[in-house]
Amino acid sequence: MKYSIMVNEGPYTHQASDSALQFCKAALEAEHEIFRVFFYHDGVNNGTRYTVPPADDRNIQKEWSKLAETHEIDLVICIAAAQRRGIMDADEAKRQGIDGDNIAPGFRISGLGQLIEGGIIADRQLVFGD
Amino acid sequence: MATKKFMFLNRKAPYGTVYALESLEVVLIGAAFEQDVSLAFVGDGVYQIAKGQSTDGIGMKNFSPTYKALGDYEVTKLYVEKESLESRGLTLDDLMPLVWEDEDDDYAEKPSIRLVSSAELAAVFDEQDVVLSF
Repeated sequence: MKYSIMVNEGPYTHQASDSALQFCKAALEAEHEIFRVFFYHDGVNNGTRYTVPPADDRNIQKEWSKLAETHEIDLVICIAAAQRRGIMDADEAKRQGIDGDNIAPGFRISGLGQLIEGGIIADRQLVFGD
Repeated sequence: MATKKFMFLNRKAPYGTVYALESLEVVLIGAAFEQDVSLAFVGDGVYQIAKGQSTDGIGMKNFSPTYKALGDYEVTKLYVEKESLESRGLTLDDLMPLVWEDEDDDYAEKPSIRLVSSAELAAVFDEQDVVLSF
């Protein structure tokens, strides 16, 4: 089955991102397809490479990047939600006149159309949030 | 691109958290992609379409006028759960009179809000292809 995933909460405060990660891993192991993971609301905070959790805790951001690299999963951060919350790639930082970017490897920034497209293309769209 | 039935489930009050505002942004994109869009309001979500909203004093934008524009985007199915409305001491008169213009009926204005019971709403959800909850 082809799944699209929506993650609506940031890491650590809420379990939504952990649950989404675990679902993606289990689905891939069972040979399902993850068409796209779309990060919205505070979920965009999963995509900053400046996350530095304590050494004895899981690194949720790095696990997403690893998942993207290993399985070529499309991780998309909503641009409108990202702009509100200070998540930037190099192009966006330049456009906004900001002195640096913070997007993590494997993530890309795009529009809400990517979320709707995910719903159209996938067999099932799952929402992980509050 | 294919057309699917998208349901946007709104569960939160309009202010206090950003969910309602950012939900509305997705609804407009869904409509722009010419999907068959419905909205449902349950729990505190019913306050999103309450009449006479004012954000004076909280420093936030009052985005409630956007709901009045939904008809122009061909978003004409707004389901309000009866039990949620009643348990908050509200009636249809407390909600904005949201309407859409029916092209096939000489542009007659028709109500967008459909008051449904929890059981009726469940049946509406059964028909959907994609449900996004906010």
